[in-house]
Amino acid sequence: MAEKTTQYFVPDSSPWPLWASAGLFLLAMGIAGFIQQATGVSDSQWGGPVLIAGALWMIGVLFMWWRDATLESLQGLHSVQMDKSYRQGMIWFIFSEVMFFAAFFGALFYVRWLAVPWLGGAGDGAMTHELLWPDFQAMWPLTRTPDGTTTQYMGAWGLPAINTAILITSSVTLTIAHHALVAGERARAILFHGATIALGVIFIGLQAYEYVHAYRDLGLTLDAGIYGSLFFMLTGFHGVHVTIGTIFLIVLLLRMMKGHFTAENHFAYEAGAWYWHFVDVVWVFLFVVVYWL
Amino acid sequence: MTHVAIADQPEEEEHHPTSFIAKYIWSQDHKVIAIQYTIVAMFVGLVALVLSGFMRLQLGFPDTFSFINPNTYLQFMTMHGMIMVIYLLTALLLGGFGNYLIPLMVGTRDMVFPYLNMLSFWMYFLSVLVLLASFFVPGGPTGAGWTLYPPQAILQGTPGADWGIVFMIASLAIFIIAFTMGGLNYVTTILQARTHGMTLMRMPLTLWGIFTASLMGLLAFPALLVSAIMLGLDLLAGTSFFMPALVSLGEQLDHTGGSPLLFQHLFWFFGHPEVYIVALPAFGMVSDVLSTHARKNIFGYRMMVWAIVIIAGLSFIVWAHHMYVSGMNLNFGFFFATTTLIIAVPTALKVYNWVLTLWRGNIHLNTPMLFAIGFIFTFTHGGLSGLFLGNVIVDVPLADTYFVVAHFHMVMGVSTVMVLFAAIYHWYPLVTGRMLHEGMGKIHFWLTFLGTYAVFLPMHYLGFLGVPRRYFSMGDTAFMPESAQTLNASISVFAIIVMVIQVIFLVNLVWSLKNGPRAPRNPWGATSLEWQTPVMPPAHGNWGHALPRVHRWAYDYSVPGAAEDFIPQNVPQEGSGRPDDGGQEEVKA
Amino acid sequence: MQPKRFHRAVTALTTLAVSGLASADWTERSAENLRPGVTDSSETIYDLHMAILWVCVAIFALVFGLIMWSMINHRRSKRPKPATFHEHLGLEVVWTIIPFVILIFMAWPATVVLIDLEDTSDSVLTVKVTGHQWYWSYEYLSYEDDPDLGISFAQRMKTPREQYERPILPGGLFPRGEAAGRVGEDFIPLTADNPDTKNYLLEVDNNLVIPAGQRVRFLITADDVIHSFWVPDFGYKKDAIPGFINESWTEVPEDQTGIYYGQCAELCGRGHAFMPLAVEVVSQEEFREWVAKKQAEAAEEVADEPFADLDEALAKGEQLYQNHCVACHGGEGGGGVGPSLRGTDLMTNPDRIDENISIVRDGRAAMPAFGAQLSDRELAAVISFQRNAFGNETGDLIQPADIENTEGGQ
Repeated sequence: MAEKTTQYFVPDSSPWPLWASAGLFLLAMGIAGFIQQATGVSDSQWGGPVLIAGALWMIGVLFMWWRDATLESLQGLHSVQMDKSYRQGMIWFIFSEVMFFAAFFGALFYVRWLAVPWLGGAGDGAMTHELLWPDFQAMWPLTRTPDGTTTQYMGAWGLPAINTAILITSSVTLTIAHHALVAGERARAILFHGATIALGVIFIGLQAYEYVHAYRDLGLTLDAGIYGSLFFMLTGFHGVHVTIGTIFLIVLLLRMMKGHFTAENHFAYEAGAWYWHFVDVVWVFLFVVVYWL
Repeated sequence: MTHVAIADQPEEEEHHPTSFIAKYIWSQDHKVIAIQYTIVAMFVGLVALVLSGFMRLQLGFPDTFSFINPNTYLQFMTMHGMIMVIYLLTALLLGGFGNYLIPLMVGTRDMVFPYLNMLSFWMYFLSVLVLLASFFVPGGPTGAGWTLYPPQAILQGTPGADWGIVFMIASLAIFIIAFTMGGLNYVTTILQARTHGMTLMRMPLTLWGIFTASLMGLLAFPALLVSAIMLGLDLLAGTSFFMPALVSLGEQLDHTGGSPLLFQHLFWFFGHPEVYIVALPAFGMVSDVLSTHARKNIFGYRMMVWAIVIIAGLSFIVWAHHMYVSGMNLNFGFFFATTTLIIAVPTALKVYNWVLTLWRGNIHLNTPMLFAIGFIFTFTHGGLSGLFLGNVIVDVPLADTYFVVAHFHMVMGVSTVMVLFAAIYHWYPLVTGRMLHEGMGKIHFWLTFLGTYAVFLPMHYLGFLGVPRRYFSMGDTAFMPESAQTLNASISVFAIIVMVIQVIFLVNLVWSLKNGPRAPRNPWGATSLEWQTPVMPPAHGNWGHALPRVHRWAYDYSVPGAAEDFIPQNVPQEGSGRPDDGGQEEVKA
Repeated sequence: MQPKRFHRAVTALTTLAVSGLASADWTERSAENLRPGVTDSSETIYDLHMAILWVCVAIFALVFGLIMWSMINHRRSKRPKPATFHEHLGLEVVWTIIPFVILIFMAWPATVVLIDLEDTSDSVLTVKVTGHQWYWSYEYLSYEDDPDLGISFAQRMKTPREQYERPILPGGLFPRGEAAGRVGEDFIPLTADNPDTKNYLLEVDNNLVIPAGQRVRFLITADDVIHSFWVPDFGYKKDAIPGFINESWTEVPEDQTGIYYGQCAELCGRGHAFMPLAVEVVSQEEFREWVAKKQAEAAEEVADEPFADLDEALAKGEQLYQNHCVACHGGEGGGGVGPSLRGTDLMTNPDRIDENISIVRDGRAAMPAFGAQLSDRELAAVISFQRNAFGNETGDLIQPADIENTEGGQ
């Protein structure tokens, strides 16, 4: 026991966190500038370049940093105890991500079951309806907003259903890859892992197509009332997570091909897998709540 | 990059960084990071303190100071609140004290994720920079109040609606990312890295407080992140999360269908736990300080632990008591009123246990102890005024008056700051190897304690009279008889005095660094592990050759038959002495 | 009737508890305590408040008594031998249950009053209250058998703007220069020495008039941001939320007629402190007279009636300018957040009148559109004022018809 706990290695110093926070600053400024530019709030042109510079900077820093971390792991500096800690750390991280999405879902439920019916005169809202919004019909998806903007809603059984199938399949292929890794069958692991990545990329592509479709044909835009706002916010943040997850999986694929993972020691791989499953589960909820019901 | 690889290396071979930058900037040592956190938090806290001084100048002596107008007043108020709650208290208690104490108290060499720890600090630093930068952008910082309620937070009628609010949202988002990294680090360290024999039920209450608060942070902060993102998009991208169809300053806006109440729900789902994220570490630390300086074990340790856990759990289902007058469904109102009153029970229990810890002790009235006892006073005071506000119907006339201001300053501001002072006086010798000047400390305590009472007690009275909060000018109204006017001016005078008093504290901190008496090892005779390191202040890697083993709980004070009036946690059990109370010998992995 | 009974019970209990101590009589307007107010609900709240107060005093005495006792008798210099007790289950259970019981005891009556306060049925008069940045407006809907009284008006603070709010200053947070230079000569200090400061920051131009002895329902909403409608003496406060309506009611006893002041209680931007409200409670006969008078006035006012001469337009325009324009363009038209209006080409060039109208009505850049807020007649008045004040002296008289004939800007 005592040996176990002493096997923490105490790293000394590293410049990467500082550079990473500087990169993040650039990235944040870039995003703010870019949104303003893209939505026409401001005429400034610096948003895009700063965004790209920040992104490149972050990629550089993260690459260097992860290389250091990978090297440490390969040097055997990470003990069993640390492996456990990493697992726990990852669990807490996903836990906090769950809360992040829970807050979005909470917002959706609030709007759908409380705010919109209230505007439509349900419960305590009789006077709200009568005096302020006499023409308003409470419904969900909210295709006609209180001030009269109309949109169409995104049906569940076209692309979204296909996307659901894709993501569920990708979870299965990832699990197969993981089992193969544990069994030591590297070629099969790489094959199924690669398939997972491909499915992830297809998902992102279809999602992008769906957005174009929504903007062009359905009139469903980010600023077309609360339904559009919530739709893009939930699917958008999910899409960001899928993208991050896909990048994560690609890094894992490269590491797997270099033979970094053994059947016993592949925490990074498991972390990636957990993250991917988490993203899938969120999608299933999304599909049910945002598209279907 | 060099790594001190395996901790079993002999002491002399460990790499000790020598240059200033390597030691203080690139460092991943939890102690250095803790000090970095502390210094930044204290600096930004001073800024917020000065801002509150400006506000008091305007309120006490209206129109005497030309740089304060209704706009700047709101801006000062917002920045004061936001800085104090988030960037000072949360950061200092968890980032500062959490970082310093967790590895030492659980008996490990560092946090389990040192990189993440360092990144957490630098992100925090960045968030502070962004926050302070908002003072210098066109239009100045946001004046939306620390609650940032939309729609006003993002409409033109509020100062700083162009840039200030963008910087505020960005800063909050960065802070939350920083905190998430810090929080999962603290939680994992406490769960994973406890040394041999340190069971959960042997941990000092400080650790329990920090642990629970970090966990709550992981749960609650995402809600703030989400509301900040939505608020930002409402402002920048024309979404309508919090915006019903509305008119601003005569202009019809394109927002449609959202609800401003949604923001309040999301915000307070974070905001109420946040109160306890700040309070729980303070509860923990004050328990340890009280027990150490009363030379007596903490009364009802198990109940104290359970009280912390129950408070943490309940705090997630009380949030809407901040919204009693905003027109909630009646049933929700009952639910939240009930949970709010129930949460008073474990809190009251903690107060009784502190009192019983003092009862029949051997009370050493030195500076940390004075501050700790001061905390019981101010906290109980704030808790009792909470009874008025928690009681849904009495809250109606008191909501948004100075009574609320007095309440949350008492319960969250003054009491937590009392604990911070107690903790700094208590652990300063550990960090620096020097004692703080006791005389200056006592002057600091008495003036601060009495001064804050002189500031906040009259505010309850103003609240009863019906003076609304967040008012630039209170006027000479039916709500403010002449006596109240005088009182109001005197609040300002006392507030300025209390602010100036803090100079004594700062001088003490700096002066003692070089001139304070050298601290003996374990100067207070404390039992917990942080005082048992081989060298004091603890060196890089904390424990030298071998990690300590824990044999008992953290409160073996004045044990009959023992040689001294305390037995450190790493002293083995003998046949005699009091029975091992801290749980089974079996160690959790 | 629960509240009444409860009220008596608590009064008795309180009197019992404090016999010998000073106990405040709720019929008296206290200057040292929570305002007991004038309605039944506000009195009940006051009683409950007193009950909690005494509970708090008891707990306070107990806890601090024990601490002080310990600090005096168990301090180090007395060389006490510290006790070693560390847990006592019975005690812990007892002091978990006792606060619990106290809390239930306090929560139950609160709930009863709350239910009563939320019940807006049986109201005789319905008034829609709308919060704006930064004034209130009222719309009288139904009264007795009349489904719509057709009375509506805005309620603004009487205190002139210069007196309470210095113009927004250019130059950010820390402006340079003397206050007098920036603010102008007619700067009136904000102190109590000013003889006009009775109910300073509370007096309004039009009081909200309601009848005594009848139940009045308020439908509270807002136009722009969240405000809060609060009259302390009526014992309630309700947020005014844009897009939604909150309901509340009050019934002032017949013998309590008079003027009651209130304030906005939810931060609503820079004018938050300057949107008071005043409710004038009158007898039912007076109320009917007032309604008749108001309805007659409304019938007289014709929205598009042209101004007889320039002076009439200027008088109306100046008042409007003070209410709507001063914040950005300054009391002397010298500018601030908004551009200066003093002698500029836009203000003085007769060819740009149409542009001027378009900017004020439809907005441009940071300038909000006032078309939705002001009538054509009001727009004409304020534009006439701008073109004749601040040394502009163009002599232009803009008529409501001019506004109508100017094409839309954007």
